Parts: sequence; structure tokens; C-alpha cells
Amino acid sequence: MIKLQNITKVYPMGKRELTVLKGVSLNIEQGELVAIMGPSGSGKTTLMNLIGCLDTPTSGSYYLDNKEVSHLKGGELAVIRGQKIGFIFQTFNLLSRLTALANVELGMTYAGGVDRKRAIEALASVGLAERVHHRPIELSGGEQQRVAIARAIAKNPTLFLADEPTGQLDSHSGEEVISILTSLHAEQGVTLIMVTHDANIASHCQRIIHLKDGEIVTEEKV
Amino acid sequence: MKRWLSLLGSVWIGLSTHKLRSFLTILGVVIGVASVITLMSVGRGTQQTILSNIESMGTDLITISPGASVGFGGVRSTGGSVQTLTQEDAEALAGLDYVSAVAPYSSSSLQLIYGSENMGAQIMGVTAEYYEVMNLEMGSGGFFTDFQYQSGTRVAVIGYEVAETLFGTANPVGEEMRMGTVIVRVVGVLAEDDSMFSSTDSAVYIPLTVLQQTISQERTAQGDHIVSSIALSVTDESKAAYVEEEITSTLRSRHRLSTGEDDDFTIRSVQEIAEMITETTENMTMLLGAIAAIALLVGGIGVMNIMLVSVLERTREIGIRKALGARETDIWLQFLIEAALLTFAGGLIGVILGAGLSLVMNVTGIYTTVISVDIIILAVSVSIGIGLFFGFYPAWNASRLNPIEALRSE
Repeated sequence: MIKLQNITKVYPMGKRELTVLKGVSLNIEQGELVAIMGPSGSGKTTLMNLIGCLDTPTSGSYYLDNKEVSHLKGGELAVIRGQKIGFIFQTFNLLSRLTALANVELGMTYAGGVDRKRAIEALASVGLAERVHHRPIELSGGEQQRVAIARAIAKNPTLFLADEPTGQLDSHSGEEVISILTSLHAEQGVTLIMVTHDANIASHCQRIIHLKDGEIVTEEKV
Repeated sequence: MKRWLSLLGSVWIGLSTHKLRSFLTILGVVIGVASVITLMSVGRGTQQTILSNIESMGTDLITISPGASVGFGGVRSTGGSVQTLTQEDAEALAGLDYVSAVAPYSSSSLQLIYGSENMGAQIMGVTAEYYEVMNLEMGSGGFFTDFQYQSGTRVAVIGYEVAETLFGTANPVGEEMRMGTVIVRVVGVLAEDDSMFSSTDSAVYIPLTVLQQTISQERTAQGDHIVSSIALSVTDESKAAYVEEEITSTLRSRHRLSTGEDDDFTIRSVQEIAEMITETTENMTMLLGAIAAIALLVGGIGVMNIMLVSVLERTREIGIRKALGARETDIWLQFLIEAALLTFAGGLIGVILGAGLSLVMNVTGIYTTVISVDIIILAVSVSIGIGLFFGFYPAWNASRLNPIEALRSE
């Protein structure tokens, strides 16, 4: 489903250039649960942004669902993000002015249309049926992250991308979030890629990819 | 359709969560539109007042005065400084086609005395037809008759103010008053006339024959009676231009002017005067509108300023929307519609405020105002236009944000 071939990413830093990814090749099949690990500065987030179509590689090819997307323009990438990608961010990235329900619906806006029933179902599936009309400020960190997961679920994407989903949560809420994500994979067979530096969390995944200085150093199957 | 609905939803969220700021943003537009509406309606109202005043004189009226019209080409004999029109000219003009009535007149300043009261007044010697030509209105009594004119009966019709000054509360009709050395009997009092121009309130009308016999006996070398002006009315307003041409050729031949010589008289129709005044007041209205438009422009710059700040403040929101799949056009439209809706609302409030203010001025009598629909439509569309124009750049800025950087901002 995801096929990366010799991907590089170079950022201009004034007069010098900063090479963040130095030729990454990777295949991820439909329905896989994959963790990407590595120290900070190893290029995990950049790789995640590329897979999530938020950015395009400097060189190399990226096939998503057998379609090359590495050379698409901003508007076409936006359509792919809207239809195929469900992001879960470390900082939740909810709109503070909107209720949980409105946040979930906002995600559906760009993915084909708002369906309130489906949005409420998504919130119920992460255990927030009672919190539909609360604003992020009235929710705990773990609850906010669950709203973000519901927002991704409601879009019905082909690929879930979670960037340090427990990074800002206490261990208890973190475990809750991880159990929601893993059961999503186990029960619905979704494809999920998770960036983490927590080996404990990575151990829930089927495959762990270790990244260092912009290259894949090891790959292990759990 | 769904996309537009959700877009409007996004816009509503953006505006409703910052109610006070949204209101302050459009305040400039509100004031701008309100002042455009108010000032333009004052301008239009003034124009209408002036025009209805002029038209009360009758749009079928043509006046001929002696002397060439004042042009820009150097010194000429100006109107009034020469005496070239005669009563015989007037009689000749009465024979022209489409001329319904001709009223030559002459005037003289005299002292009026009644009992212990006295006042100076402009005495107008006119024919009986003058009443019809000038659309005069009687308060009491009647205008003198053609017979009285022909026979030179010493009668007078006086204006409202003259009657009040000389006779107080008494009824002047039938009374005799002294006019210089001549004694005349008052046969009629004109109705009160509050028109801005050529009010008849302080006028005194006597038969032209009486004026010529007793007061002013000026004649030309040919022995014709000199008059100071000739007023005439046409049967058909659309024939006014034709009649003017006829008058010109008749008078030129009567005055023995050779080709190439300037006219020694000036013809003016009320229609021409009305057109001239319309043009002048239209210019004044436009000027008022332009001043108010500057306020509107300043309001627009205020909108742009706030929209730019708003884009900065909502960078993260834009990043989130983009990550969720919003395209550049989605973001661009969202901010553009937001700006246009803001200024549209400002325009609406401004219209209500401006129309209300105009209405209050009208009711309290400070100014006569006319609120016209075209100005309202113009003001509202201009305010939407201002939103689109000044919202364009901030919206474009927003749409161009890099999603990764936008998500990282705090």
C-alpha cells in the first residue's frame, strides 16, 4: 500500500543544506501496524510528513495505493490528505473554539461531507459519547487525544498516522489511547503507522522500524 | 453545495467566536456607509427642494431679458445694463406659434404708504396675462383684469408680506394706498410663497399701462415703450426649443441686428435653469459622496488590518484545516467570504443608521433629505466590494501557509 523508493529530503538552511532523509526505502502493506522509532533529529517526523502527504520529497518516489504522489502539487496533496489520511498529532491539534463534535465534523468537511450520525458514532467508539458537546478546554489530555482519534476515524481514511500520540499524556491516559489505536487495528484492520520513542508502546506493533540520522538502521518483526 | 454550506459554517465559526472584534472591525465600514447614505440623501434632498421651487414657476416658462448673455469671452453688455426690449417686441412675440401668453414687465422702486405705515417696494408693471404665465396664486381678492390693464385703472395686487407690513391684520382688498405720488386700490393679495427663488411675498403688481403713464415713461428712439423683461409661456414644453429659435429670429429682425452681431437679449427657459441647477447640485452631491467614500476606504483598510492579524492569530487553525485536507482555495474562500460578510454586515448596519439619520433630519426639519434606493444599493455593493478587495491579500496569505510550519506555530 505504501511504497517508498530511495526517498531523500533536503532543507535549505541559509546557505547550507540540511539533509534530513538520506535515501529511505520502505514498504508497508494494507492492514499493518508499524512503529517508527529513533532519537530526535533522526528524521521520524519528516518521514511522517512525507507519508502523510504534508510535504513532498526532494528526490525518490512515493506510491500510495499504487499511485505516485511524490510530484503532486499542493491542491492534489490536500485532496489525498482529505480522503486517505487520518492524522493523530502529539499536540492533538483540535480547534479550541469548537466542541468535540464540531471538531470531528470539521475533519469530515474536507473528506466528502459532514455526517453528524457518523461523527457521534466515532466519538462513542472512543468512549466520549457523554462528552460530545464539550470544548477541548473542558476535556482532559487523554480525552482530547481521543477526540482527535475520533476525528480521524470519522473520515474513514485508508491510513492512520500517529505522531507521538502519547507524548503529552500521563501513562494511564497514554495506555488508554494506545489500546484504542491497537484495537482499531485489531478489530477493523486499519493501516496504522505510529511514531514513538517509547519502546513499550512500540512493542504493541507488528513491525518496528528504527531510524537514525535519516536512514533506516534496523527493522524488526515483533 | 455541501462544500459551500460547510464553508459558510467555517466562516460563521470564525466570526461568531470573535463577536466584539468582528463588530469593531466593521465599525469603520458602518460609519463610512452611514455617512455616504446621509450626505448623499441630504444632497439629493436639497436638489429636489430647489427643483420643485423652480418648477412651481412653471416649466413652460421662457424669460427674455435685455443684454447679451454673460460669456467667458471678454467684456460684454451684461443683462440689465441696457434697455433693448419693448412692449411692442412683446406684442410681436404673442403672434408666434406655440406661445400661449406673453407678459412683458417693467419695474420701479417706490415708497408705499397706508395710514401711518410705509415701506419701500419693487413695483412691477405687468399685463393681466402675467398671472397665468408666472403661475401665481391668490390669497384673497383677484388679479387685475385685462380690461383694467387696457384702460389703465389704478389698481394693485400685493404680496403677502407687503399686506402684513402695511395693513397688519386688516383686509387690504378694496383699500387705497399711496404708491409714490399715485393712489392705487388694492384688488388682491397673493398667497404666501415660501419658495427659495423669486418669492412673490414682497412684490407689488400694477398694470403696466399705469406704470408707463404715471411713473416711468422711458421710450426708445423709435418711440416704443421700454420694458425690463418679457416672460412668456409655451403651449407645449417640447416645443420650447423651437419657440426659442423663433423668438431669436423675430427679435433680431425687430432690433435690426445684422448677421454676425451678438444678440442684444438673453433667452432663458425654466427647463434650462432646472437642468443647470440639477447639474450643479448633482456635482455637490457627488462631492459629499466622495468625502464619505474616503471614510469608507479608511474602514476598508481597517478590515484588511484586522484580517491580516486574524490570519496570523489563526495560523495553527489553518495548519489543522490543511492537514485535514483543506485545499488552498478552501482556505482562501473561507477568509475572503469572512471579510466580505463582515463588510456586508457593516454595510447593512450603515444603511440602517444612515437612513435613520436622514429620516430624523427630515422629520425634525434640519434638512430635506431624499433616501434613494440606488444610493443604498451602491453603498451595500461597495461595502461588499471593499471586503473582497481588502480581504483578498490576507486570504491569499492564509491560503499560502505551509501546513507543517503552520501546525508548529503556537
